Amino acid sequence: MEPTDVKNPEYFHKVVDCQYACPAHTPVPEYIRLIAARRYTEAYMINWESNVFPGVLGRTCDRPCEPACRRGRIEKEPVAICRLKRVAADNKGEVRDRMPAIPEQKNGKRIACIGAGPASLTVARDLMPLGYSIDIYDNQIAGGGMMRSQIPSFRLPIQVLDEEVNFILDMGVTTFFDIEVTSMQSIIDKGYDAIFVGTGAPRGKGLELPGLAEAGDAVHVGIDWLSSVAFEHIDSIGKKVLVLGGGNTAMDCCRTSKRLGGEDVRVVVRSPFADMKASPWEKEDAMHEGIPIYDNHTPKEFVIEDGKLKGMLFEKVEAKYDDNGKRSLVPTGEDWVFMEADDVLMAIGQENAFPWIERDLGIDFDKWDMPVVDETSFQSTNPKIFFGGDAAFGPENVITAVAHGHQAAVSIDLFCRGESVQDRPAPRTNLISQKMGIHEWSYDNAVENDERYIVPLAPLEKALGDRKVEVELGFDQEMGFKEAERCLNCDVQTVFEESRCIECDACVDICPTDCISFTANGDEQELRGRLSAPAGNLAQDLYVSEALPTTRVMVKDENVCLHCGLCAERCPTTAWDMQKFLYNVSKAGQAA
Amino acid sequence: MSYQVPKFRHPELPRNELGYTRADYEGSISTLCAGCGHDSISGSIVRACHELSLEPHKIAKLSGIGCSSKSPTYFLGKSHGFNSVHGRMPSVVTGAAMANRDLLYLGVSGDGDTASIGMGQFTHAIRRNLNMVYIVMNNGCYGLTKGQDSATADEGSASKKGDPNPFGAIDLPGLALQLGATFVARSFSGDKEQLVPLIKAAMSHRGFALIDVVSPCVTFNNNTASTKSYEFVREHAAATGTVDFVPMREEITTSYPPGQSQEVTMHDGSVLHLHKLSEELDPFCRSSAMMALERYRSSGQILTGLIYMDKDSRDLHEVLETSRRPLNTLAEEDLCPGDKVLQNINASLR
Repeated sequence: MEPTDVKNPEYFHKVVDCQYACPAHTPVPEYIRLIAARRYTEAYMINWESNVFPGVLGRTCDRPCEPACRRGRIEKEPVAICRLKRVAADNKGEVRDRMPAIPEQKNGKRIACIGAGPASLTVARDLMPLGYSIDIYDNQIAGGGMMRSQIPSFRLPIQVLDEEVNFILDMGVTTFFDIEVTSMQSIIDKGYDAIFVGTGAPRGKGLELPGLAEAGDAVHVGIDWLSSVAFEHIDSIGKKVLVLGGGNTAMDCCRTSKRLGGEDVRVVVRSPFADMKASPWEKEDAMHEGIPIYDNHTPKEFVIEDGKLKGMLFEKVEAKYDDNGKRSLVPTGEDWVFMEADDVLMAIGQENAFPWIERDLGIDFDKWDMPVVDETSFQSTNPKIFFGGDAAFGPENVITAVAHGHQAAVSIDLFCRGESVQDRPAPRTNLISQKMGIHEWSYDNAVENDERYIVPLAPLEKALGDRKVEVELGFDQEMGFKEAERCLNCDVQTVFEESRCIECDACVDICPTDCISFTANGDEQELRGRLSAPAGNLAQDLYVSEALPTTRVMVKDENVCLHCGLCAERCPTTAWDMQKFLYNVSKAGQAA
Repeated sequence: MSYQVPKFRHPELPRNELGYTRADYEGSISTLCAGCGHDSISGSIVRACHELSLEPHKIAKLSGIGCSSKSPTYFLGKSHGFNSVHGRMPSVVTGAAMANRDLLYLGVSGDGDTASIGMGQFTHAIRRNLNMVYIVMNNGCYGLTKGQDSATADEGSASKKGDPNPFGAIDLPGLALQLGATFVARSFSGDKEQLVPLIKAAMSHRGFALIDVVSPCVTFNNNTASTKSYEFVREHAAATGTVDFVPMREEITTSYPPGQSQEVTMHDGSVLHLHKLSEELDPFCRSSAMMALERYRSSGQILTGLIYMDKDSRDLHEVLETSRRPLNTLAEEDLCPGDKVLQNINASLR
């Protein structure tokens, strides 16, 4: 193999699994260390810089970081990264004075953001400090988008959302709430320098089944129903509720139903339990509240009696997988199952919808009627118009919308300055030795053995009695400290300098997880087969040195490195050093 | 400074026949200097014991005094241990081995502990062909007392702060050969590929097995004027051949071209393959081994690998016809077989 180029910022970035997996590339270990040091405000600000909504995301994030966490590869469970973020948000002090100043003298550029969800708010958050004037349009009465209308209060208290939305709106954003934008042309006519579309995926899919028309208003579209609950247009539901669908929206629907009078609430889903789209923890939370999940049931028809919904019929199926792993749901041939229902909530997916964008504005739409958007710049085929969040590529999640918002802001800024949107600024990185003395590091290199801590919950009875009572109590400071100590500090990199190495093998002998080998070079596949320990995780890189005096090379398998620093402690010549790698995605206004 | 090795290990570490991973043969974290060759030898012992599927409680590790003799703390944490008086490890092993022949005796010593204060003990253990593995962690200096030249320091070699050594070195393999040792090998701490199979072979050998391991002292004797530095040993080592050890229970899968390989079946049924053997050495002939040692020494090279092995070695138990059972399992009726037996013995002496 060729020697690894550690000067390429992406190499060490990839070693920080959590940060690499985060769409917004939040420097996770950096803020976890600050939480362990009880410097919550600083931890919050690191989050705020990259993901804009730490309080919201610390409760509701899809947390792609956690399945990526290295800890999950060396023991049962990853670090509770998401809930640690909440610890920072819950315990932070005054933060407004740490936020960027908004110039009084504007730069004269006016930007419109359609939709006031996470993507648009991120665009505003990044552009306001640069002197842009921003108008945000939304059909809801307040900002936040789906974070307000679709995430129930028992998961996300309204004050938490309001605080973080207001951090941005208070920068001087002009809001046009409770206004439905029905024509893109009308926005263009207002003469904006650029327009950002962050309207989400607002249309819930429905099911055209026999009896739907007769069932009338006993059948609801999940996201619309959640939104009506959030804005207090709906405050009750029937005693028997069927929720169709297996995603996170279905979980929010069933749990909300339980709080609005539903007694026999069931989730019915076509796929097997394991294949459901909902996050494992959201399924657990629903079941913890006494909601059964019926999997392998395909809805067939609404049963109507005396002109009123009586229930639904389901066909039992089983999942069969072909040689390519493609799934088909095959009926088992058993009798259809009848389940009673007063109300049915359909949470089977969402779609984008752009009926308000005229098709003669230079914005190309593809065969699925989605706008053609550049994946890097988020620019549409009309160079003035940018898309982000669910509006760009279909339903994802809040953290992805934030990541889009940051990148779209970079593009808008470049565009307004007349530069190419493809000319992206490089990430800002820093690599600093953590050495303080002969065997002293400025990070806590000892590896704690504790298993993942469980977030305490409010008593079930109390939680189910009021939809505004937050179910999760969050870690207190003590538990937050202990959980933070589980972090392996993967951003503190093992940096190898071959010119110093005397090939004494001390690092090989001490490494608890057998990451390091000194061996003859070879091609990657062959090399992986003869290292100190199996190196079968191809997603994890091998760090290969230049040839050493014995012609061998140092090969380190990054896979299960504990970043404990023992290789560097046992190295007599400091050929190994522990160096903290900070990777920040460049934001709008930061020159390359 | 870390006082503990993290408990987590590679999740896919191979398990041996007993179901143990390498981690089960480790000891506490080393307190030797960073980069000490002794730690690599400890690592090799761990690997050898794991690969041989030895039961940790069937091993006794014994040592004297010195950096080398501290090292048993850093491997085989679940085995028996005895840290004895300076240079007196062989006596303790003799007693232990006589009392219980069921354990594997692993003696760890250094150049001071062996070639100076313990020389008398060392020679007699060899002469008696005590059934043990005797590893010398040989760094040519007294690292624990700031690096004075030891008795194995080569003439002319200088340590970090020292003058060139005016005296000739005691060559432990050469001495052992002369004293009738039945297994003599030399290796280098920085060459695990060679050292691990040698340790395994030594553990399977019945009788006294010496491995003299050159093990650089990074703190006092790893400088350019030293003949026991990593760099010097790498440049001047010449191997007798390649040693491959196949434990008894494993199938032999490697094949060697005829004429280039010798196969030796050990007492326990395991097989030693010696290949790419130097033409100048017959490792089963004592005088050939002695001549080869001398030849390499006088040309300024360090001969490593298996130097000599007596395939028909008879150890102390066989010579003395000692009890096959450990003494602590002998009951009163075994030890005092009664008046009739005594009468028979007395009669035979009349």
